[in-house]
Amino acid sequence: MSVVEDGTLKSPKRPMRLFRNPMAKLASIPMILTAVVVFMGGTLWTVVYSFTGSRLLPKLNWVGLDQYERLWDTPRWLISISNLALYGACSLVLTLTIGFFLAALLDRKIRFESAFRTIFLYPFALSFVVTGIAWQWILNPDFGMESLVQGWGWESFRFDPLNDPDTVMFGLLIAGIWQGSGLIMCIMLAGLRGIDEDIWKAARVDGIGTVKTYIRIIIPMMRPVFVTALVLIASGIIKLYDLVVAQTNGGPGISSEVPAKYVIEYMFRAQNLGQGFAASTMMLVSVIIILIPWAYLEFGGKKNA
Amino acid sequence: MPDIALAGPSGPKPKKRFSRANIFLYGTLIMVSMYYLLPLYVMVVTSLKGMPEIRMGNVFGPPLEITFEPWVKAWSEACTGVNCDGLSRGFWNSVQILIPSVILSISIASVNGYALSHWKFKGSEVFFTILILGAFIPYQTMIYPIVILLREVGLMGDLGGLVLVHTIFGMPILTLLFRNYFASIPEELFKAARVDGAGFWRIYFQIMLPMALPIFVVAIILQVTGIWNDFLFGVIYTKPATYPMTVQLNNIVNSVQGIKEYNVNMAATLLTGLVPLVIYFASGKLFVRGIAAGAVKG
Amino acid sequence: MSYSVEIKQLDLAFGAVKVLKNLDLNINEGEFLVLLGSSGCGKSTLLNCIAGLLEVTDGQIHIKGKNVTWEEPSERGIGMVFQSYALYPQMTVKGNLSFGLKNAKLPKDEIEKRVARAADILQIGPLLDRKPGALSGGQRQRVAIGRALVRDVDVFLFDEPLSNLDAKLRVDLRVELKRLHNQLKNTMIYVTHDQVEAMTLADRIAVMKGGAIMQLGSPDEIYNKPRNLYVADFIGSPSMNFLEGHLEGGSFKVDDMVMPMVGYEFAEPQTADRPAMIGIRPEHVVTGELVKNAPLQFTVEVDLVEPMGSDTLVYAKLGQHSFRIRMDGQAIVKAGQAIEIGVDPSRASLFDKKTEDRL
Repeated sequence: MSVVEDGTLKSPKRPMRLFRNPMAKLASIPMILTAVVVFMGGTLWTVVYSFTGSRLLPKLNWVGLDQYERLWDTPRWLISISNLALYGACSLVLTLTIGFFLAALLDRKIRFESAFRTIFLYPFALSFVVTGIAWQWILNPDFGMESLVQGWGWESFRFDPLNDPDTVMFGLLIAGIWQGSGLIMCIMLAGLRGIDEDIWKAARVDGIGTVKTYIRIIIPMMRPVFVTALVLIASGIIKLYDLVVAQTNGGPGISSEVPAKYVIEYMFRAQNLGQGFAASTMMLVSVIIILIPWAYLEFGGKKNA
Repeated sequence: MPDIALAGPSGPKPKKRFSRANIFLYGTLIMVSMYYLLPLYVMVVTSLKGMPEIRMGNVFGPPLEITFEPWVKAWSEACTGVNCDGLSRGFWNSVQILIPSVILSISIASVNGYALSHWKFKGSEVFFTILILGAFIPYQTMIYPIVILLREVGLMGDLGGLVLVHTIFGMPILTLLFRNYFASIPEELFKAARVDGAGFWRIYFQIMLPMALPIFVVAIILQVTGIWNDFLFGVIYTKPATYPMTVQLNNIVNSVQGIKEYNVNMAATLLTGLVPLVIYFASGKLFVRGIAAGAVKG
Repeated sequence: MSYSVEIKQLDLAFGAVKVLKNLDLNINEGEFLVLLGSSGCGKSTLLNCIAGLLEVTDGQIHIKGKNVTWEEPSERGIGMVFQSYALYPQMTVKGNLSFGLKNAKLPKDEIEKRVARAADILQIGPLLDRKPGALSGGQRQRVAIGRALVRDVDVFLFDEPLSNLDAKLRVDLRVELKRLHNQLKNTMIYVTHDQVEAMTLADRIAVMKGGAIMQLGSPDEIYNKPRNLYVADFIGSPSMNFLEGHLEGGSFKVDDMVMPMVGYEFAEPQTADRPAMIGIRPEHVVTGELVKNAPLQFTVEVDLVEPMGSDTLVYAKLGQHSFRIRMDGQAIVKAGQAIEIGVDPSRASLFDKKTEDRL
């Protein structure tokens, strides 16, 4: 091996790795801090302190799993969990169905498409607080729907979901779907538009009916779009908080409480931080339980293929 | 990213103008539209009625006598706790939160996205992955540590603190948005600029920024609606004097004291929804692009 | 002798994948060197390393005698022209040309002078105030070259600059590029996968495969004396005919045919007998009147005829082997017909069956 003038072929002037492109690294500091300190560090901190008996202030007095035991003995938490499960299941099914149905209707070369799309999507621009208050008013038994129908002569008509512990979650659901289904429609519509028009021509040549084409050909082709929509809806469900606060504030009684609200109440009102930390850790765990199979399907599957 | 506005409909075309299928199609669309429009209509008519009329009639009837008094009251007189200066206080608080939050979050995220797409360094993808995963972590697990951090730097309860919180929680989606956009700019352009002797900031400001204006508009739409509509962070990281509009609205409407003035409540609700609604109707296709971009994952 | 660019034992790896392997290459002053290869052979990667746009793993790059291995791209005295031209879309042609000079903090009148000179050489003076979007493909190409030209660099790097253009424009610009090189006499390194571009433009061609240089030589050497089977197969269209057989006592034997290699220049005078392959270019096969003058004569059966206007490509059967022949465009042959062909062994290539190197 020939040796060149300035010594060996391993260049002595090779700069240190850390100082290459220093500006790019400097500019990434806010991102690194957010990712590591706030997201990772903050989450770990909360998990760690969920094993303490912190009350007004965080303290490292270990109590083991006490907070979790107390959590699962608290009726309010159990109601919160079952409310969220009910709301989540209904919201998932209904939002997906309505979103896809509306997108399919809009995709049929109709007139005034953009007007309809604008109408279906505008609630998504509004906050949950505005949504909750608007629907609270419409569902008001004295002035809203119930009184309207009663005014038509149907005196015994009852539609008062927000004041009945058994149906309050459905009252929230009406508002939640009103606010969020436009987004899913938009995503579904984008998915439908991404499908090659030749597929429709081929289906017509083969004599397959419209509904059958949707069910047997189009929907299977839109799997990734459905997965995206599913993840979006699911991550929205777990955050459910503002809508409840504005529309029912957890009532009547505690019958429309949700986990996110439970956490905030225990951290900032009941001065029982440890309990709040334990509840938020449970929320994190449930997200992980949902995310892992999804991540496995999305990314694990590709590696095998 | 699928752009709905550009692509044409792909579904089959209905055949005749007044066929049965067509009547079903348009009938359904109009019925559904009514469900979506109903709350807006009810809010508008209620806000224009006087209280006696509300007590008499139903919520759906148009006002017999139009009055703007509820709007004036909602803006400048409605009470939250001891303060009776209306929603205007919350509005200005929200504006003061909104402007720096939007500027700060977009500046940081766009530079992040640029660094991640053209100046990858060892570990940059790892940090980015953590950032994106962070978007899935429930806020509740990070809320209290942020309280501590803000207390440490003396920003707890301050508008500046809330600005910081919005910047942090806007970062994953915005960084993703900008990273994907900058990655779609041909790498050769970046290489050409480096051969021409331009460095990190010069390439960002002189080459990338002028090409990225549409995505900045999308990001602004996303952030303005998102930050304006925020409730959770507003409740936690501010104090009554600095409450944003959404929090103040909730306090006005859902306060247990006093007589419920539904017309004032609805006027207040509409006022709070006005900013994002104006953004929505003015931006049209770009809003759709924004949320579609938000839905696309890295 | 001083080299314009010296590449010494260059290695580049992305993780475990070695993209360039211990590569040595010296490029002469004023030379037009073409890096030729199919996609993924490492030719563009090598160019990016020379430009400083990729960090090498090991080895050195010298330009004009100076070690620039760790220098910034703009400090290396190179200009680069990209496949997509990479013109800054929001700047005018003038802005594009002067961007690099402004970054180098040159005085204003010097910038004006250089831009004017480049515009003059490339005849883009009237376009200076236009944006790239308003230019044709050929004009963009010229602006991209101009951007390298104004910087007064020693070495021009071209990364497949013609492959985005349609066929006719490509030929025109190829000629223009050659004229430009004759005029400027700069060192030019040119990456392409198009062998016609390589053959017409290059002083020397480096044929690359798998991150290594297979053969470095003049277009004539590459075409007539391919150093191994890969180069022989890669260069020429339609590609070379290969027959598998044995080299025995100076004759190539395949099946029951014997081809005495009369006039063939062996790399070593005494080449031992061994399994070998013979390569015969379709255009080196003669037919008709010329057959009787050829040292070797065969009869083949025509399988398929592809008339292409200027010439006719005949797929024939030589024994059991398929064999391509390029004939005159006017030749009249039909499938099934038997024709006489002639081959000159001195124009053929012999390769060792095992090492695939030229014999």
